[in-house]
Amino acid sequence: MAMLELKDVEVYYGMIQAIKGISFEVNEGEVIALIGANGAGKTTTLHTITGLLSPKAGSIFFDGQDITKTPAHKIVSLGMAHVPEGRRVFSQMTVYQNLKMGAYTRSDKSEIDAALEMVYKRFPRLEERKNQLAGTLSGGEQQMLAMGRALMSHPKIILMDEPSMGLSPILVNEIFDIIRSVNEAGTTVLLVEQNAKKALDIADRAYVLETGKIVTSGDAKELMNDDAIKKAYLGE
Amino acid sequence: MSFLSYLINGISLGSVYAIIALGYTMVYGIAKMLNFAHGDVIMVGGYAAFTCIMSAGMPPLAAVLVAVVVCTVIGVLIETIAYRPLLEAASSLAVLITAIGVSYFLQNVVLLIFGSNPKSFQSVVTIPDLKLANGTLNISGVTIVTISSCIVIMLALTTFISRTKAGQAMLAVSEDKGAAQLMGINVNKTIALTFAIGSGLAAIAGVLLCSAYPSLSPYTGSMPGIKAFVAAVFGGIGSIPGAFLGGLLLGVIEIFGKAYVSSQLSDAIVFAVLIVVLLVKPTGLLGKKIQEKV
Repeated sequence: MAMLELKDVEVYYGMIQAIKGISFEVNEGEVIALIGANGAGKTTTLHTITGLLSPKAGSIFFDGQDITKTPAHKIVSLGMAHVPEGRRVFSQMTVYQNLKMGAYTRSDKSEIDAALEMVYKRFPRLEERKNQLAGTLSGGEQQMLAMGRALMSHPKIILMDEPSMGLSPILVNEIFDIIRSVNEAGTTVLLVEQNAKKALDIADRAYVLETGKIVTSGDAKELMNDDAIKKAYLGE
Repeated sequence: MSFLSYLINGISLGSVYAIIALGYTMVYGIAKMLNFAHGDVIMVGGYAAFTCIMSAGMPPLAAVLVAVVVCTVIGVLIETIAYRPLLEAASSLAVLITAIGVSYFLQNVVLLIFGSNPKSFQSVVTIPDLKLANGTLNISGVTIVTISSCIVIMLALTTFISRTKAGQAMLAVSEDKGAAQLMGINVNKTIALTFAIGSGLAAIAGVLLCSAYPSLSPYTGSMPGIKAFVAAVFGGIGSIPGAFLGGLLLGVIEIFGKAYVSSQLSDAIVFAVLIVVLLVKPTGLLGKKIQEKV
């Protein structure tokens, strides 16, 4: 059974239909990439999964539970973390306070401390800057903080929205290495990216979204060699 | 000595403004709305304490507690019934107009229950006046209690926000509601908590205000409410230290204006200062720079 499953989901912004009935699934342990151009509906899809938007039709299941109508603030304690587009760290709070916010739904202090230690180990730079205001971090550091904050909830699945946005090529590589190692440590990943090459590189499977519809899907390696995909998304 | 005594009176009045301004600024910071009914919650607090003391014969401290509870409940009710349905869907203008409506509603309900005749409020402060410098400087008990309450409230609030989970959640919501929800924070509950704290503080401000100026009518809250709003904007709306600073400065300016310029012009002076400050620094004294989202 799929860990996360969307069935015929439709989302509207007022009168405009942004998602026109999409279905896909994510299995435990996978890295799934959702690729597509600007405005294809990738971010909308993630927002709908975590309840920041509600679908007009269709249903969403997570771990066998119907979460279609679950409010956003109840999603994280089910084991789903969302690293939003543009990081959205709390800029007026310190790095440490941001990470503590990531563990908001957890109450066991020793578990939180262990999670904090794990995050600092994965992102040593966050520990160096733990008392710095998040707004003063560089883009790459903010991305690390957003990921660390999400990991603080010890999620089963992590949804990442454009982690490479606005970062230098070296940092993009670093971030993707981290995503891979997070996945290897047992967390399922649903990755939304405009950088299709990078995304297909680390993904097991991928779905291609075009103006609110899934137009192609399949094995990431196969998609990388697909002529149409190459032309449209890989710039070859 | 008169300068010092004006200054102390100014700080005392400013303390009341600061306590009220905290409610404005916190609600603005978190719900991004101006709760123009906030001033009338002060008045409701005054009437609640008045009723407890006069009709029920309760001791002053117990009356203050009842007033705080009454105002907290009313604050949360206003938020849930009048504002919450509008906060997401409607324009901010609709929320603003609703707040003005709630303000008139509270005034008229109190008018209906207690009538329009001003009540003479019996001070809840029982400690004696403090005479300094051979009796030339007289600090009233109310002044002492008002200033110390303001300091205690400020310290308690700062500690609450920086040390508790609920306080941190308030900070997170004020910065980014969506991201806060993704952390598992219930935004509606956090907004309700903010209204509860702001309204509870308004009750304390109401009792202190009526103890210093012992005339209570359904319109008692209007002017202090507007002045405290000015104080919040003056200090930088959304900023808690700003509300504190803005309140104190406003109180001192008002009293000095009354004492040295003209008692009729003192309000005009207060607003003139606000206009000048906003021209020079549009975000207020301690206001944060508004960051453009990338």
